[in-house]
Amino acid sequence: MTMRRIRTYHEVDAPGSAEILDQVLEQRRRLERRLASVRRVVAVASGKGGVGKSALTANLAAALAAHGHRVGALDADLNGPSLAAMLGADHAPLRVDDLGVHPALGAAGVRTISTALLLRDAETPLRWREPDDGGFVWQGALETGTLREFLADVAWGELDYLLVDMPPGTDRLARLLQLVPKLDAAILVTTPSEAARAVVARAVTLARDAGIPVIGLVANMCAFVCEGCGRATSLFPDDGARRLADAAGLPLWAEIPFDPPLAAATDAGSPPTASMAQDSPAGRAILDLAVRLEHEIRPTGGPP
Amino acid sequence: MKFLCLACDQPMSFAERRLPGDGTMAAVFGCPRCGHEIAMLTNPMETQLVASLGVKVGGRTVPGQPLELVRGSLAEGRDNAFDDAEPPPTAVRWSDDARARLDNVPSFVRGMVRRIYTDYAREHGIATITPEVMDRARSDLGLEGM
Repeated sequence: MTMRRIRTYHEVDAPGSAEILDQVLEQRRRLERRLASVRRVVAVASGKGGVGKSALTANLAAALAAHGHRVGALDADLNGPSLAAMLGADHAPLRVDDLGVHPALGAAGVRTISTALLLRDAETPLRWREPDDGGFVWQGALETGTLREFLADVAWGELDYLLVDMPPGTDRLARLLQLVPKLDAAILVTTPSEAARAVVARAVTLARDAGIPVIGLVANMCAFVCEGCGRATSLFPDDGARRLADAAGLPLWAEIPFDPPLAAATDAGSPPTASMAQDSPAGRAILDLAVRLEHEIRPTGGPP
Repeated sequence: MKFLCLACDQPMSFAERRLPGDGTMAAVFGCPRCGHEIAMLTNPMETQLVASLGVKVGGRTVPGQPLELVRGSLAEGRDNAFDDAEPPPTAVRWSDDARARLDNVPSFVRGMVRRIYTDYAREHGIATITPEVMDRARSDLGLEGM
């Protein structure tokens, strides 16, 4: 018995069959058009949660803005958004017009977008309207789509730097790269703890495998500095950050001590680095980090 | 995804889309030669999977709105999260019952929905948006839950 022949997918030239692909390509073109006015996209990532990525991103963004740069901050931690609050972004309704959705303005004029600006209140978790089951199949696609819309549909305007505050997860940078082919750099944040070192080492490997330029490591919460005598006491017995930097061949760009006033101010939406006058070791370390970033990833180096 | 009419060895064309409101979708495809039609039926999970890609089966007829996927998918959006500019003045009117229906749309998405329906009416030469026009647009544009 002869099996009848059915043309294969690629043999059939169906009218309109490319519509889905065309829509996906249009999404990509839309994103590229938007990012054409962004000089540098820099991801702040870790792989590990709880190392202070968002607080660092908020202060780094504020410091860059205080230096006179036009800065955007995108909170890619959709499920645990804190960047908008740390930047003190106002909760006025986001203006929508033909240019897109206008970002909220935070400290030092940092243009900010976050799911926190869209959710009912500060304690409402991110939930999608969903069918009863199978969420695991499409939630990843929805989250990627949300990130794509944050990049493509927000009227960022001309930016010198767009900082992307990444969520925990060692594979997140590689996923971001699928959306942002012109990801200029990634800064990885760790603490000196062995647990953080191991996870961040995995993130470095995955990011490099994906071709992401990991340019520097930041060690956060390295020590506690006594406000009275100025003496620094290590918070962890090990120096995993330095060992990670050596093993990975990464420059250790900053060692930031834990600074309760800086943490409290950032939590309250006033990142102290928005003011250039910093007398705390942590504030100075972050301002130095901003200067280092400006030198390594110059906003004037390429188009536009 | 393509559909092939085996009798004619012809690719089928997208004809229409229906969203009955229970999360499912029907997309109708027809053979341009013999007229044979089939309907692709998706369950809520499959419908959501396609929607989560930000694409429409059968293509788009009006441009996408900013943050359309987020605004259409978020379960607990803040009522006053957006300040949508009124669409540019057009000849398109809203009937009283259509406007009442629009007022029932959560304000998180209301401005976006208004722009989508206005664009649809303009695209189709419709002078007045009525609930029937809204139903048709909802199916044509694949606006589940709007």
